[in-house]
Amino acid sequence: MKNPAAFEDHSRQTQKTTTCYMCACRCGIKVTLEEGEIRYIQGNPDHPVNKGVLCAKGNAGIMKQLSPAKLQQPMRRKVGTERGSGEFEPISWEEAITTLTDRLRKIRDTDPNKLAYFTGRDQMQALTGFWAQQFGTLNWAAHGGFCSVNMAAAGLYTTGHAFWEFGDPDWDHAKYFMMWGVAEDHASNPIKIGLEKLKRRGAKFVAVNPVRTGYQAIADEWVPIRPGTDGLMALAMVHVLLKNDQFDWEFVLRYTNAAQLVVCTPSKAGDGLLLRDEEQEPLAWSQRDNTFARWADVECKPALFGDYTAADGRPVKTVMTLMAERYLSEEYAPEAVAERCGISAETIERLALEMAHVAFQESITIDTPWVDWAGRKHDQFIGRPVAMHAMRGISAHSNGFQTARALHMLQILLGAVDSPGSHLAKPPFPRHLPPPVRPAQVSAPNTPLKSPPLGFPVQPEDLVLDENGGPKRIDKAYSWDAPLANHGLMHMVVTNAFRGDPYTIDTLMFFMANMAWNSSMNTAEVQRMLTTRNTDGKYKIPFIVTVDAFDSEMVHYSDLVLPDTTYLERFDTISGLDRPISEPHAFCDAIRQPIVEPDRDVRPWQEVMLDVGTRLGFPALVDDEGKPKYKGYKDFITNWEKAPGIGFLAGWRGENQDQSLVGAPNEEQWDRYAENGCFHQVDLKPEHRYYRFANKDYLEWSKSVGFNGHSGPIVMDLYSEILQKFRLAGQGLYDGPCPEREDDKQRLTDYFDPLPMWYAPLEEQRIDTEEYPFHAVNQRPMYMYHSWDSQNAWLRQINHQNMLFMNRQRGESLGLKDEGWVWVESHNGKIRVQLKLMEGVQSDTVWTWNAIGKQSGAWGLDAKAPESQKGFLMNHLIRELLPNGVDGDRYTNSDPVTGQAAWYDLRVKITAAAENEEGSWPSFDTLQALPGAPEIPESVAHHSHSAVNLERPLSDVLKRGKD
Amino acid sequence: MKLGLVIDLDVCVGCHGCAVSCKQWNTSGTTGPLTDMNPYGPDPEGVWFNRIRSYEVGNYPENKTVNFPMSCMHCEDAACVDVCPTGASYKRKEDGIVLIDQEKCMGCNYCSWACPYGARELDRSSGTMKKCTLCVDRIYDDGLPESERLPSCVMTCPSNARHFGDFDDEESNVSQLVKERGGYQLMPELGYAPTNRYLPPRTREASPVAEKIEVSTGLLGKLSGWMAKQEKES
Repeated sequence: MKNPAAFEDHSRQTQKTTTCYMCACRCGIKVTLEEGEIRYIQGNPDHPVNKGVLCAKGNAGIMKQLSPAKLQQPMRRKVGTERGSGEFEPISWEEAITTLTDRLRKIRDTDPNKLAYFTGRDQMQALTGFWAQQFGTLNWAAHGGFCSVNMAAAGLYTTGHAFWEFGDPDWDHAKYFMMWGVAEDHASNPIKIGLEKLKRRGAKFVAVNPVRTGYQAIADEWVPIRPGTDGLMALAMVHVLLKNDQFDWEFVLRYTNAAQLVVCTPSKAGDGLLLRDEEQEPLAWSQRDNTFARWADVECKPALFGDYTAADGRPVKTVMTLMAERYLSEEYAPEAVAERCGISAETIERLALEMAHVAFQESITIDTPWVDWAGRKHDQFIGRPVAMHAMRGISAHSNGFQTARALHMLQILLGAVDSPGSHLAKPPFPRHLPPPVRPAQVSAPNTPLKSPPLGFPVQPEDLVLDENGGPKRIDKAYSWDAPLANHGLMHMVVTNAFRGDPYTIDTLMFFMANMAWNSSMNTAEVQRMLTTRNTDGKYKIPFIVTVDAFDSEMVHYSDLVLPDTTYLERFDTISGLDRPISEPHAFCDAIRQPIVEPDRDVRPWQEVMLDVGTRLGFPALVDDEGKPKYKGYKDFITNWEKAPGIGFLAGWRGENQDQSLVGAPNEEQWDRYAENGCFHQVDLKPEHRYYRFANKDYLEWSKSVGFNGHSGPIVMDLYSEILQKFRLAGQGLYDGPCPEREDDKQRLTDYFDPLPMWYAPLEEQRIDTEEYPFHAVNQRPMYMYHSWDSQNAWLRQINHQNMLFMNRQRGESLGLKDEGWVWVESHNGKIRVQLKLMEGVQSDTVWTWNAIGKQSGAWGLDAKAPESQKGFLMNHLIRELLPNGVDGDRYTNSDPVTGQAAWYDLRVKITAAAENEEGSWPSFDTLQALPGAPEIPESVAHHSHSAVNLERPLSDVLKRGKD
Repeated sequence: MKLGLVIDLDVCVGCHGCAVSCKQWNTSGTTGPLTDMNPYGPDPEGVWFNRIRSYEVGNYPENKTVNFPMSCMHCEDAACVDVCPTGASYKRKEDGIVLIDQEKCMGCNYCSWACPYGARELDRSSGTMKKCTLCVDRIYDDGLPESERLPSCVMTCPSNARHFGDFDDEESNVSQLVKERGGYQLMPELGYAPTNRYLPPRTREASPVAEKIEVSTGLLGKLSGWMAKQEKES
């Protein structure tokens, strides 16, 4: 039997590379086209992120491209119809852009903050932020406020990098890996690649997570912790390490502020600040001279432990002494936290001592000489091969910021930060604590903001407050409600705009954000807010613009809809100025290029944004005569410079196209990227690969290429003086802005602890936890995570109905039946859902797959699709404001430090539904089909060529396959 | 040759990457398209050559979760071939791949009843049975780069849980993996001699722990101990 000469006619095929966008992982892909049809999407083996592999989402890109949910043309809500009724009419792009521009011009001429522009899971925040800054509105942010700001902020205020995008476990050297609260992604392929490497090398993988699915399935040890208590367990591990002298003395002495001195004058101004000299340099106790000396004078032999009296008589203690006093107390003993965490004291102690053993008895070395910031020469990099990773299960709690700080404290005590085998920063990280960008504070008509709308406050003076000390942003970011809200509070925008608190707005513009459905807490109520009118008949939120490629629920609640392209239809940059795709030992960035032509009247949003900005006369986009400076997006990306020689793309800069990171713009840059698999990679020299926070040569290089503003050491903050300044403001002891309201003062005093601490999640503090005995959390399955693809014809076959998962023994003890219908009730409302009993969930926790439930009629799905009939959203149960406060509806249901949405804090009670009660509840009206929407096909049989059948020879048939 | 797959249950996280990649390649492959009925409606159901089952083993909190990808095992004594009334189902002598000649198949489903592994699916659109071909149209396609002449599922697997090779060759990657890791057949007692092998989850011994200080000296004792240490070293 011979195989046919050709299964595929490769002469009809072409191959192009680009970057995947089925989730936020940004893998390199190769797309094979056959006479214009997509034949095959595969991982690009040369790509630094995915190294040739591809997940289920990436493999389903064809069905994304063929989705009937693709928006077809610009539309506006018909005059005289109700918002939400789905009465749209197609309009031309010129009309759409003119409508938008006219409206925005009036806003920009008068009060730019009347535009609130919030973006969802987009990957071009550097560009949308640039646009908002040029427009002059403070009211811009992306989705980080409900995603991972706790993680990002804790890292950037503690170690100078963070989990996920700013760092990676050292998969090649780690011998012990502890993964905290990571659902099925973040990041998709790199974690899968990494876990296999770990297991092949025999490293131990411990998963701390109330649910055992996904990655936790292959963990060597599953630690089913009670949601919201991870910080408490981490600090108990700190207790164990200190108690048993298991910490990296040299590491904390040299690279953190552990030996710096804290002023201890309770109730007095200056309490808790660092002892500094006249030039504001922090001091330490010199053991060489038995007096105070600059901490940076390493020859002075700083004391790690001790308490002293400053020259002015104030008592001071080293940070490490304060840590010992706090964490050695019985409050943090494993026995004291075991019940609350749901993990035995023995287990907590054993895990801490296992990590200590690996860190200190199984250390590794890489024989590369390097020099630290103080000029000390090292023959090798010493590695503490304990790696960690953490994500949503940590960040989506109202104690998530302090919890993530606690994890970083554990890493630091183990010497397991940017040392071989531990958690490694990804360039441009690490950065100084925190990055030197402060949020813009002043907005004025027709004037760009002086700095980006989002930044990193270091003191109360950096807050964005009005003259009365109230919030100046619509989402109340950088107010006393959420002082370090570095990613904004997207989850509060609709509610605040609806309530006119702190003020009303004119136009609300969303890009790739489904705020009328799964991206909002309290979904049904948000839909009501979007459709409620004032007594004068005008909508509370006067004008809503949605930009998306797909028919999301949010589209139906909009007045103007601007259809975007798919990821296979456009140019994009995955920029180092944005959310870089770097690897620990390489700076990387990437582009997308169009693979197929759009078959609809759609435009890439980045082109439209720049068009609108040019029409509005943004100074960065027009010259003195008002003429456009750039010929569209590609030209803008090539030629715009943030600083001389630094632009969106780092590769192939300079006249000769041979400069990386810094160099003059080059007109052929896009072509060079396309030729190189659509990415650019700058490998770090071996001596630059570890200890970068203190690595002199690396720090100097990182300054020369614009990653950092200076080449001084990045000193890790075990103790955060920044947090203490806010706490002093709460105590009325700060020489600067202080809050007036008692509840604000209390929150700052309670939660801005300069040392990591644990407190019960805020919702739990305010409800009867006996009445609501279950924690309720949710996660996306890995074949849908961070993607829009519940409507994907292939992926939805894997799952099209979410159920509520409960521990089997617990469910049986309550008399609940597997696959029976139950009522789930929180302080905010109730839903009816189908129950599924399982073993792999902590017994006080229930969970579900998020965002599989859809509103009937959305996403190109049949009105009777199970996603709307049986699937559900947990969001209905979660309120965006805290319950039952003496403060009324004052506070957002968010972390009090960062404003991170606390959607994992939810508590519920569960009761069986009556016999005749079936189907998910609440149910929503079916959304109307959009004009021009394609028919929903009854079957799909995608193929790019007719099959070449492999024929069985007749002789073989006759012989029944025998010889 | 005896071509087949090794699937490593120690590292499979159940991501479905292999299943979707298979679907994607094969919908334009030798038995494509792989039709999807009701793709956007109730009960969406399409043809898949590879499906992932997830199981829980043991009771909480000692439970484990096992993700178990299943596709054609390319059995040496393939019942699906024996029962085929039209001769459409066959096992190739040269490499052991079990295939279905689409032009001879009448979609009678006998083979799917005979297969204990659930590997055969009826495409209601073409009226024929379809199944894993081991990407015969990749592994022999010299129009593809040599490194890509692999089944699509193997190329795409993010956790390196899938391996392809010749079980007749003792030196092959698959033979070596089976030897080193105790690779096993699924339900060998049924007697179909499946070619594919599964690698069981690795077992670990207890990890060593750092030495504990048994006598508690309290906070003051700890602090004075540490201060003595730093004085001594300075």
